[in-house]
Amino acid sequence: MYDFVTQWGPVWGTVAVIGQILGFMVVLLLSLAFLLLMDRKVWAAVQMRKGPNVVGAFGLMQSFADFLKFVLKEIIVPAGADRPLFILAPLLTFALAFITWAVIPVAPGWVISDINVGILYVFAISSLGVYGIIIGGWASNSKYPFLGAMRSAAQMVSYEVSIGFVIVAILVMAGSMNLSTVVAAQGGGFWNWHVLSLDMLPWPAFAITIPLFVIFFVSALAETNRPPFDLPEAESELVAGYQVEYSSTPYLLFMIGEYLNIVLMCALMTVLFLGGWHAPLDFPPFTWIPPVFWFAIKVVFLFFMFAMVKALVPRYRYDQLMRLGWKVFLPTSLAAVALMGGFVVYANAG
Amino acid sequence: MMLQAAAFYILSAVAVLSAFMVVAAKNPVRAVLFLILAFFSVAGIFVILGAEFLAMILVIVYVGAVAVLFLFVVMMLDIDFAELKQGFLSYLPLGGLVALALAAMLALVGFTWTMSDTASGHLQAPMPADMTNVEALGAVLYDQYVLYFQLAGLILLVAMIGAITLTLRHRPGVRRQDVGKQVGRKRAEAVELVDVKRGEGIG
Repeated sequence: MYDFVTQWGPVWGTVAVIGQILGFMVVLLLSLAFLLLMDRKVWAAVQMRKGPNVVGAFGLMQSFADFLKFVLKEIIVPAGADRPLFILAPLLTFALAFITWAVIPVAPGWVISDINVGILYVFAISSLGVYGIIIGGWASNSKYPFLGAMRSAAQMVSYEVSIGFVIVAILVMAGSMNLSTVVAAQGGGFWNWHVLSLDMLPWPAFAITIPLFVIFFVSALAETNRPPFDLPEAESELVAGYQVEYSSTPYLLFMIGEYLNIVLMCALMTVLFLGGWHAPLDFPPFTWIPPVFWFAIKVVFLFFMFAMVKALVPRYRYDQLMRLGWKVFLPTSLAAVALMGGFVVYANAG
Repeated sequence: MMLQAAAFYILSAVAVLSAFMVVAAKNPVRAVLFLILAFFSVAGIFVILGAEFLAMILVIVYVGAVAVLFLFVVMMLDIDFAELKQGFLSYLPLGGLVALALAAMLALVGFTWTMSDTASGHLQAPMPADMTNVEALGAVLYDQYVLYFQLAGLILLVAMIGAITLTLRHRPGVRRQDVGKQVGRKRAEAVELVDVKRGEGIG
């Protein structure tokens, strides 16, 4: 990583780092605007509708129109709400969604903070994400938001456990907690990506990592409250769950935070399983495309999968959700950690 | 170094203040939120000390899981804190005594730690220089003290099983969903085609 502070001196180095962070945030927000549109377009296409198509060519400017509309509306705080916490909740969701991106490597050396415990940092911050929802639901002082917050607390804590075990299994395989190192270990071709990990042969690591990838994908759906696990905001029962009382900019912050978390999960899957910035085949013309674009392509593909799941799968019942998390995913991922540990120990020994 | 000192003082001040607010807050939910802030600032102090693994684990375990459950329970229970605090003055002597004893114990541990012969060596090099945080912790837990670690795990397992057996209650007459049975159902078992004669029904 290029260290601005040691290279440019304390003052200009700090300015440069802040500029870097702001630039990354702007890029993220702009990409998010179009990913939101893509989500709606995919959903519409599955249902044989056109989706947003009025603002700009093909509706490309729709997200910006929505943005303007959100920020120009009045902020309404319910009379019985806990005012400071009511405002704090969306800010928390928004901020937490952004700071996780600090350790995601998008290309070789393109990472804001290349810390050694990067993956744990991601996990720690994403486990905080539930607070925005709980606080928002509680501070609204209203029934539906509270029920939504309760559901979401139980759901996110349950699925975090299996996500944690999947991450541990991958860490054991990669032998490092630094995300850049994890990605760098997957170079050379798509068969070296952790989802296939054919470089571990004759140890059949792919028999573990492919199910783990599926578990991670499904758990990521649950963790980000996406359909089919969107019980915290189930429209048919809870109106909009924890967001019922929110309007205008606070709602916008919630929504941006939520979608940014989805994109983050896609990025995390890209980094952990799909080889991050590496091209699928390590020769031209694939290597002509810069690494950051490979990263973006993989993230967008996973986001497309998220959108398709939203369009195709009906909502789970709550007890089914809990059963899936605790009785199916947790034992499977725990067994995977044990097996993977054995593989790594014996592959290194033999 | 100056920045590090400033960060340390800010984080410790926040930790102490929020710990005080946990006790002083009128609203139980806010008290738990202050507790979370205290956890979080302590995690920051861990990072400054170079124990980044411990810091992350503190956030993941305490903030991400334990405190969520705290919050969950506190939100569900309708506690009136003003009522709870009514006997504050009458409990003050006893509570103060407990606090004093606790502070004395902490001071005792702290002083013996800094004054013992081997302590200065530990303080200068809390872990071997050629190891990362995680490796150093792993070496201590899984190599040096593996038996104690396993025993602690066993005790926790017993506690968990005990908690489950205490609360598990099999209620008869509850219809449970058997997913395997549901998915494995064939059309022939589920649907029956009946030729119903007019005016007779199938009963």
